[in-house]
Amino acid sequence: MKKSESTSDLLFRSSDWNFEKLSDVYAAISEIALGDLKLDIYPNQLEIISWEQMLDAYSSIGMPLMYQHWSFGKRFVFEEHLYRKGHRGLAYELVINSNPCISYLMEENTMAMQALVIAHAAFGHNHFFKNNYMFRRWTEAASILSYMDFAKKYIARCEERHGTAAVERILDSAHALMDQGVFRYRRAPRLSSEKERERARERLEYEEQTYSDLWRTLPKKKDDGREDEREREARERKRALHLPEENLLYFLEKTSLILEPWQRELLRIVRVIAQYFYPQRQTKVMNEGCATFVHHTIMNRLYDDDKISEGAMLEILQSHSNVIFQPSFDDPRFSGINPYALGFAMMKDIERICTEPTSEDRDWFPDIAGSGNWRETLLDAWANHRDESFILQYLSPALIRHFRLFQLTDDAGEPYCEVASIHNERGYEAIRSALARSYDIGIIQPDVQVVDVDLLGDRHLKLQHGVKQGVVLDESARNATLRHVRRLWGYDVSLEGVDARSGERLYECSTKQIGE
Amino acid sequence: MPNFIDRRLNPKDKSLGNRRRFLKRAREELKRTIKEQVKAGKIADVDAKHFVPMPEDGTSEPSFQSARGSGKREYVLPGNKEFAPGDRIPKQGSGGGQGGSRAGTGDAEDDFRFVLSREEVLDLFFEDLELPDMVKLSLREAIAYKPRRAGFATTGSPTNINVGRTMRNSYGRRIALSRPKREEVEALAEEITALEAKPATAERRRRLEALRQELEKLERRRRVIAYVDPVDIRFNRFEPQPLPNTSAVMFCLMDVSSSMGEREKDLAKRFFVLLHLFLKRRYERIDIVFIRHTHEAREVDEETFFYSTQSGGTVVSTALEEMLSIIRKRYPSKEWNIYAAQASDGDNIAGDSERCASLLHEEVMRLCQYYAYIEIIDERETEIFGATDNGTSLWRAYRTVGADWPNFQMTRIARPADIYPVFRKLFAKQPLS
Repeated sequence: MKKSESTSDLLFRSSDWNFEKLSDVYAAISEIALGDLKLDIYPNQLEIISWEQMLDAYSSIGMPLMYQHWSFGKRFVFEEHLYRKGHRGLAYELVINSNPCISYLMEENTMAMQALVIAHAAFGHNHFFKNNYMFRRWTEAASILSYMDFAKKYIARCEERHGTAAVERILDSAHALMDQGVFRYRRAPRLSSEKERERARERLEYEEQTYSDLWRTLPKKKDDGREDEREREARERKRALHLPEENLLYFLEKTSLILEPWQRELLRIVRVIAQYFYPQRQTKVMNEGCATFVHHTIMNRLYDDDKISEGAMLEILQSHSNVIFQPSFDDPRFSGINPYALGFAMMKDIERICTEPTSEDRDWFPDIAGSGNWRETLLDAWANHRDESFILQYLSPALIRHFRLFQLTDDAGEPYCEVASIHNERGYEAIRSALARSYDIGIIQPDVQVVDVDLLGDRHLKLQHGVKQGVVLDESARNATLRHVRRLWGYDVSLEGVDARSGERLYECSTKQIGE
Repeated sequence: MPNFIDRRLNPKDKSLGNRRRFLKRAREELKRTIKEQVKAGKIADVDAKHFVPMPEDGTSEPSFQSARGSGKREYVLPGNKEFAPGDRIPKQGSGGGQGGSRAGTGDAEDDFRFVLSREEVLDLFFEDLELPDMVKLSLREAIAYKPRRAGFATTGSPTNINVGRTMRNSYGRRIALSRPKREEVEALAEEITALEAKPATAERRRRLEALRQELEKLERRRRVIAYVDPVDIRFNRFEPQPLPNTSAVMFCLMDVSSSMGEREKDLAKRFFVLLHLFLKRRYERIDIVFIRHTHEAREVDEETFFYSTQSGGTVVSTALEEMLSIIRKRYPSKEWNIYAAQASDGDNIAGDSERCASLLHEEVMRLCQYYAYIEIIDERETEIFGATDNGTSLWRAYRTVGADWPNFQMTRIARPADIYPVFRKLFAKQPLS
């Protein structure tokens, strides 16, 4: 009760917001975020939008600028359907990894929610985008918006010149390979400026014109065709094409014999966007955890400093606890582990380990337990981890007990699932590494690579799927995707499933069998 | 300091173009789905709302996805209550492989369906048939009249007098012409009586005389100015309002004798689907009476009509008789638009075709709005019967009917592709008689 007496410091009293109040709140949040939490952020740009604009943003995978494609319309119809039926609310905010960092705030939010959202998006996510190594390495926050602007205009121009249908055909196929359109290990080439890109495109056109010459220079197949000779040729060929190649879109863009320069450019645009979103998919837990931890800390501090009222704080806490709600596996609401819940709990847990460690924590985390400087520990974790490594490093037994995590092994050949480990002394390690693995994109995503291409013969393109733990591909989707590859490659394509461990061949399918 | 931008006033519907592209794409799929649903379904299904699953082919976005229920997987799940290591949990259902963990994922999209209204279904269906503006094609419209109140009239039958309006006019006229009120007259009469009771003096006599004159004047005035004058009287006025007759009945007469095979029945069915749709668009209510006949006719339900395999000889006139008896029983022609479509292969028992023609001449055509006869012939026969003059016995008999009745049409169908052109020919705009 004593808090409600001293109302003079309150940043806002009513639930209506205006730009003046937003500025005041921003300043107060900024002070804590930069001064106390030592966050390091891109300059902020906060944009107020309506729900329709939010749906628009949803459907264009959160980008403020996006080229036109029917699949975004499909997503819009889908989201709108859910929203109008009340199945799903809209996010309170949406934040874009760009410099300046753009955050969308919904106009329906109350003042308290706007404060929460600013702390969450404009500081939490913003800091993460700027500092996490994945984003620093794979994305170009400064140039993404201008690149998207270029992409949008370029594709619109292509549509004018070549017709919407022709552009859509290429984009459809490119979208199908988006997951296989990223460099996982190699550094993606930096986005160059408009001028350089222009030059690159000219070079591409030149290469296109002189393409056949390149192949003529390859050594001719000998008639006697000795085994080792052919093997050597194949090795040679693979080396020349940098095979195996994990980035299918990149390979097709550079090597496909049938694509026109503008079609290659379309592949490149899709590939760049896929690469841009690649880190986000690997840091969902950390990103949301970081933002949630930041808003939680800041809002509590504001409340402690009597800057926000009890009523507003209650509203914020209610929203906060909704966000980090984690239903049990047998709950009808369960739909996987909530990244907000896991991320926030782990970061809170790190704070606890740093300040009030138990003897167990001292055993598990000797280097941070009791060190007291949780801020540095967290800043370091945010900067240098992705979900997989973060969980592997920081998931504590206390948290495993808290969530009562257990590990389930599901073998397709067995009529039952077996509980492999639970939250006990013997299970901690296993659960921790199993959970970490489930966030490893290299494991959860099918690994499909280009392994060989018979350029001198029928130009048959060979893909290989590294089958892990016997998990094969969904057949109809696989065949449909292969048809897309064929469309971009122009000649027959085959996919071979090879067990990643034993090298045993599990299946093979080709566009020859499945037809157009 | 941050940069605040109010985007709310920016144009909305940034993704409008995307949505349009999507719908255009989905449209082809929807059209195909509808056509298939209609082909597979019953006639009556066409008018209902259709739930069309999100079109898969044209609008799917495939990618390499792990197949569910393959290989060995591991899950980490929260909320353990009773499990210990080594516990085995039976998989649910045949799908298995999900360990109860993926229950919530991936299902959302399956629930996403287009709901097409009847109109949209029909639009898609007709569009596919390239029926550009079917609605404008009009059958001769049957009109019934219903009296409707339309203000007041100065003439009319006494039963239609509008008392309120009449009295209002009379009151106004009485005020305007200052007709003496009864109270005034009575007061005067009372005063006279009072004076008469008193002993007469010269002054009183004079006063009495004046009062009597006054009374007489008032009474004369009351007589002249009637309480209710014919001028005042108003009648309720009724105007006959034309009402489109909204109920229609369609008789589907089909020959199911042994000569009609599956192919013939299928053609007939398709024709009836189209006819039904057309009528459904024009009338709020439509009844369909299915009559199938061999050597005897019977009213049947849709299921039997199309799918029963009963067979026998052929006496076409039984169907017409059955139809007439149903009309007499249930569908008085004053209230119903009666349509009939007859499909047959034209074979008939000797002598019966003439009887059919005379039935049509004398009774049926008088009752029917429109009568269409479709003869389903073999493809090889199209060449033989290229000219319309010769043909089966029924065809020849019906030609005499067609000559006399403009609302009788007959045509031949040999292939599914004929149905729409024939339909169009049958239901082309006819000059009003």
